[in-house]
Amino acid sequence: MAALTTDDLAAPLGRAGADRRPRARNRFSVARTLRYLAMLFFLLVVLIPVYVLVVTSFKGIGDASPARAWSLPQTWTMENWQAAWTALAPAIGRTVQMVIPAAIISSFLGSMNGFVLARWRFRGADLVFTLILFGMFIPYQAVMIPLLKLVLGSGLPSGIPSLIVLHVIYGIPITTLIFRNYYQSVPNELIEAARVDGAGMLRTYVSVVLPISIPSFVVVLIWQFTSAWNDFLFAVFFSSSQNGPVTLALNNLANGALLQNYGVSMSGALLASMPTLLVYILLGRYFIGGLMSGSVKG
Amino acid sequence: MLRQIRRWGPPLLLIAPSLIIVGVFVYGLIAININTSMSDIHKAAQATGQAPSHFVWFENYATLLGSDAFQHSLKNLLLFTAAFLVGTMVVGFVWAWLLDRPARGEGIFRSVYLFPMAVSFIASGVVWRWLLNSNQGAQASGLNRLFEIVGLGFLQNNWWNNVNWGIAAIALPAVWQLSGYVMALFLAGFRGIPEELREAGRIDGASEWKLYRYVLFPQLSPVALSAVIIIGHMSLKTFDLIMSISKPANYQTKVPAIDMYVFKSSFDYADSAAVGVILLVIVAVLIVPYLARTARAEKN
Repeated sequence: MAALTTDDLAAPLGRAGADRRPRARNRFSVARTLRYLAMLFFLLVVLIPVYVLVVTSFKGIGDASPARAWSLPQTWTMENWQAAWTALAPAIGRTVQMVIPAAIISSFLGSMNGFVLARWRFRGADLVFTLILFGMFIPYQAVMIPLLKLVLGSGLPSGIPSLIVLHVIYGIPITTLIFRNYYQSVPNELIEAARVDGAGMLRTYVSVVLPISIPSFVVVLIWQFTSAWNDFLFAVFFSSSQNGPVTLALNNLANGALLQNYGVSMSGALLASMPTLLVYILLGRYFIGGLMSGSVKG
Repeated sequence: MLRQIRRWGPPLLLIAPSLIIVGVFVYGLIAININTSMSDIHKAAQATGQAPSHFVWFENYATLLGSDAFQHSLKNLLLFTAAFLVGTMVVGFVWAWLLDRPARGEGIFRSVYLFPMAVSFIASGVVWRWLLNSNQGAQASGLNRLFEIVGLGFLQNNWWNNVNWGIAAIALPAVWQLSGYVMALFLAGFRGIPEELREAGRIDGASEWKLYRYVLFPQLSPVALSAVIIIGHMSLKTFDLIMSISKPANYQTKVPAIDMYVFKSSFDYADSAAVGVILLVIVAVLIVPYLARTARAEKN
């Protein structure tokens, strides 16, 4: 039981406590210095777009000349942020309404499927699992035309309601995978003990399995939250700028006008990325747990 | 009978909704899509069912694959995938290698390298569109201006506005976003190698470089394969980034996923569906052997 900690899910990147690597001796060496310089160089390169985003978002019209492209703003202004907020706020609100139910429903579906597929051995169980998994890799372009007709014909309101349903449906494979891998690591004795006590599968699931699934739930919730928040493909096919999520609104803000206003679109890009970045910063380990399970099992 | 229901009922009850949904929304829709791709629905009236449509077998595929425009998309897809794969694999591997040995502040480096993963392609497209601005010389902004500033002015180029190679410029932001992911995979691979193996190498007197080259790197090939499959299939589906940086109607940077959207927008459902099927086939060639292998490996 003690083995089932959140560390199992984030284990790939290791925790300080579990670090068995030999400590580097604390002395100067050329190789070590070079390594640090390389790490620092890559750090700066990765942060270049962040610098541009932040700096440009505070620039006024006076800074528009290409010669000042990489300079700090002459005068720092909040105008771009205000304009971006006015343009994106309704869409951000709609996106929140979309990702929360989508993430919660997918997590429960994934948990049920994962439990059954991890614990219930029947002939063809592996085939069923592989068939579900394939749904994770398909290009959605290959189902889009009939899907459009189906969703239109179903009478489901376009925009957020349709998108919730779609994120839940196409989230089934990945959430099933994450939960199945987790439940396979649950000690058999735990399930057997419940069975000996006379609990059926449903009882076992609700009273034994669900309570120990919280770390997996966090991973899956974060994963689904992030991918639904960042989705653009379904958004562009199933919603409009009036009823769609923030990615669509941001793309219209950035590419809609004839004259590009980079100050506003970059403030908008930062606004639209805030929630997922916040999740990454606060719950990074769980985020990584989701990433790792996306790689199936090599 | 009752015992059968008691044994099979509950698990079936838990899993049936998802099985039906996946069956319909993945496999059912693929089948309908294949059917649409073999019809002559090229106009809005046919798409809405007001005008009759016919079954034309593989005609749409023949026209598509024979057209210069679609061949250009396929060539772009190949170029993009090559650049994306090579970029993420090399950068991700180097980062993992740099961070494999303990270092002060390694957590910060790891987090920064990985953070672009949390941002949408649409948001990062906004800044990369600015960075990849094709203006040069006095008009240069973005990366071209930066090259000028640091004395690498000869590197200036017109990025994605180049008809032949422009698509490779779009791979740059893709590499920026996913190298951290490949790094995380490789780091997990390094951590999975038993410490005894390293110890044994050191006892045998292998230098640090030889230890990596002959003992540790070979252990990483399954991880490398996973990374290639994941990045490869993402690359084949690339859509958001191109929509965000260039526009859908941009010939230089179009790929099949963009064509699919453009066809759909003009109610050419048959060609749109056909492009979808072609993409599916390309992805399946990559994914099916991998899934089969994974399933077999789990059995053993």
